[in-house]
Amino acid sequence: MTTTSTGAERRNYLNASEGLLSWLLTTDHKRIAILYLISVTFMFFLGGFFAAGVRLELLTPRGDLLEADTYNKFFTLHGVFMVFFVLIPAIPAILGNFLIPLMIGARDLAFPRINLLSWYIYVLGAAFTIVAMISGGVDTGWTFYTPYSTIYSNSAVLTAGVGIFITGFSSILTGLNFIVTIHKMRAPGLTWFRLPLFVWAHYATSLIQILGTPVVAVTVLMVAAERAFHLGFFDPRVGGDPVLFQHLFWFYSHPAVYIMILPAMGVISELVTAFSRKRIFGYPVVAISSLSIAVVGFLVWGHHMYVAGQSAYAGMVFSFLSFLVAIPSAIKTFNWTATLYKGSISWQAPMLYVIGFLGLFTVGGLTGIFLASMGLDVHVHDTYFVVAHFHYIMVGGAIMAYMGGLHFWWPKMTGRMYPEWWARVSAVLVFIGFNATFFPQFLLGYLGMPRRYHAYVGEFQVLNVFSTAGASVLGVGYLLPMVYFLWSLKYGEVVGDNPFGAKGLEWQTSSPPPVENFPEQPRVTEEAYAYSESEVGHA
Amino acid sequence: MSDHVVPVRVYLAVFAALMVLTGLTVAVWRMDLGVFATPVALGIAMLKAVLVILYFMHVKYNDKLTKLVAASGFFFLVILFGITILDYWARGRLNPETRLPGAVHLEDK
Amino acid sequence: MPEAALQHGHGEEQADGHAQTHPRFAHHFESLENQKESASLGMWVFLAQEVMFFGGLFMAYILYRNLYHGAFEYGSHLLNWKLGFFNTIVLIGSSVTMAMAVHSAALGQRTRIVGWLLATILLGSVFLGVKVVEYTEKFHHNLVPGETFGLPYEGMDPHHAMPDNMRRPTQVYYSLYFAMTGLHALHMIIGIPILAGIAWFAHKGEYSARFHTPVELVGLYWHFVDIVWIFLFPLLYLIH
Repeated sequence: MTTTSTGAERRNYLNASEGLLSWLLTTDHKRIAILYLISVTFMFFLGGFFAAGVRLELLTPRGDLLEADTYNKFFTLHGVFMVFFVLIPAIPAILGNFLIPLMIGARDLAFPRINLLSWYIYVLGAAFTIVAMISGGVDTGWTFYTPYSTIYSNSAVLTAGVGIFITGFSSILTGLNFIVTIHKMRAPGLTWFRLPLFVWAHYATSLIQILGTPVVAVTVLMVAAERAFHLGFFDPRVGGDPVLFQHLFWFYSHPAVYIMILPAMGVISELVTAFSRKRIFGYPVVAISSLSIAVVGFLVWGHHMYVAGQSAYAGMVFSFLSFLVAIPSAIKTFNWTATLYKGSISWQAPMLYVIGFLGLFTVGGLTGIFLASMGLDVHVHDTYFVVAHFHYIMVGGAIMAYMGGLHFWWPKMTGRMYPEWWARVSAVLVFIGFNATFFPQFLLGYLGMPRRYHAYVGEFQVLNVFSTAGASVLGVGYLLPMVYFLWSLKYGEVVGDNPFGAKGLEWQTSSPPPVENFPEQPRVTEEAYAYSESEVGHA
Repeated sequence: MSDHVVPVRVYLAVFAALMVLTGLTVAVWRMDLGVFATPVALGIAMLKAVLVILYFMHVKYNDKLTKLVAASGFFFLVILFGITILDYWARGRLNPETRLPGAVHLEDK
Repeated sequence: MPEAALQHGHGEEQADGHAQTHPRFAHHFESLENQKESASLGMWVFLAQEVMFFGGLFMAYILYRNLYHGAFEYGSHLLNWKLGFFNTIVLIGSSVTMAMAVHSAALGQRTRIVGWLLATILLGSVFLGVKVVEYTEKFHHNLVPGETFGLPYEGMDPHHAMPDNMRRPTQVYYSLYFAMTGLHALHMIIGIPILAGIAWFAHKGEYSARFHTPVELVGLYWHFVDIVWIFLFPLLYLIH
């Protein structure tokens, strides 16, 4: 059963009902994904604005563009918006929401109304945080370390804290929905080891969301209580320990980075198979590695605290475990590369993002090993080396994968193809701009430039100018897709069910899908990524 | 989820047990078992919690998945407690500068 | 290469032949049984999250009790253990009434569900009333963390004045006392209106032996709240 160019004209989830209310009161996971797409994109550009401010200031060694306090607010808001409002929700709430029911042959998620609620909670949390921004900003860094955040900061810590607390529940509810859906709503014949790896990745992510987020939620509450009601948890003046805050904060925030990268890894598994037209190498290992990352990721948080006053014994334990947690990620990287080997590669835009991811994630991951080693970390902690490391993973890894996935599934979501040439240009611009921005920062950090300062010594200027120039290119690389994705909604080529000729249940239904996803419930009889030699690639 | 209906007498038995254990908690406190006081009190509390979980929350009659989910929350709590406590226990043992400020006792005036 | 075959699969072969006709059946599920299992799993996942939520405060408690054991003892002695004991009995009692409410729902006994739920609400309210009494007393005795903590209050026996070296760490104890019991009480304040709502629906005849999932779910929540208190009572009231 094929529908060629009539998918967009038939009744689908986009045109099934009209009017703003039909969107704001929808319980359709596909529409909720689009709602998230709009809000997350908005927050991305808001976070990007603050990044631009930081990079502009750092063009010159003197702190001449922004005062120190203002600069502190810029990097704080950049971090807060990007971490909590972009990186954590982006792939799960947009791509995960849209695709998981389709990939498992279900009509919707287990709890559609809770899904809508989680979006409203996200918006409410974002509103609070934006109010914090408008009412003077926050200057504590996204990490809110005490006692500065609880006692000494004169900025909108409470408001931002409330915003983050609220948004945490959006994340928790999304995770809850995914766990129950994946357990209970798989189509007949779809056993666990036939699931797309995208689903495995989101299952593992959801475990972290459920078990980690509440800890940071209660911690933010404790910070707010200390600030507003003078309760003493971290206040040294009454005998509280500020490092306790760091334990509680990083207990979530380290697993949080796996919330950000695991879904990205899921996307890469889907893309690498589709664009090499090959089964994934070592499916069971890749599936289990997602779970391993989720579990072991809970055991390593102290590697953020080597120089905070944590005991050296604990530091050694954390260091050892941090080396271990790199192993499943490395396994995935080997397996993706092995999947490419002797595959029938097509170089469309999503694949460019995949290749970019493989290189950049590897660099980011390896530099993570540097940081896991206590002896090295003592020297580069709180320098630009750390900043470069996590941007390689978060931007070079997660955002690249997100962009790749957005391109790959755009025709499924909208019934329209994006312009391939422009997409490739953007992918290349992003890759070049990204490396130009962040590679110099490894050097800067190693040379001793500390993070979170608006001024620096003159000898660091050349690398900083290079970095800012790179950031401009990177910015263009992100703006272009905004333009052409919107353009494609009206003028993009209308596509059929499966423009890329890919495997997966989502490609077995029309583009865009009908409201109920499948006219009849699918029954699965084959493994995931069951490509064969005789498949003809779609150019 | 099982449609097993738990007989009322089971609930009453568990209720009685919980009352006894609560009384025991207080009695043990009055007895002052020294260094054993806290482990015993926690042990009794855990026993009460397990009774509520198994019988009031029906976990005894539920499927494996529910039991796994119920257990997982506590497992990760143990991780949070365990490794954080490791840090505080070990402070000052290798590098003295991380030693914590002294504890305060009732006798110090 | 066979594609994923499409077939009718609406759970019509279920033993419970009228699954799809139940007014509360949500059609994105394959059967009512599937829906009930999913709802239960969802609540358990939520409770796992709640365990971690309280866990952060318990972690702070573990640390500070070990650091400042003397102050924790001292602060604990200023609490009224009899009220705590009474509240523990009351809350466990409310768990029994809650379990009985679920039991009645499973047997389809409409009026009894309402009765047991009202009993649960009553006991829960008694608990909260006692907490109000306790908190008010703390307020008057200057045991709320802040500027006035530990200062002498009107009508205080001079022998009971807080020793100077106790003032700072006992504030940590009371911060934890208010945060932990406060968060617990907040969960009850949220739970009681939900119980009331479920009682209302029960009164309208919404629940039957075949479908009483909301009663079960609120029961799980309520038992969790009870379990938190089972730990809070000895840890806060019965130190040493």
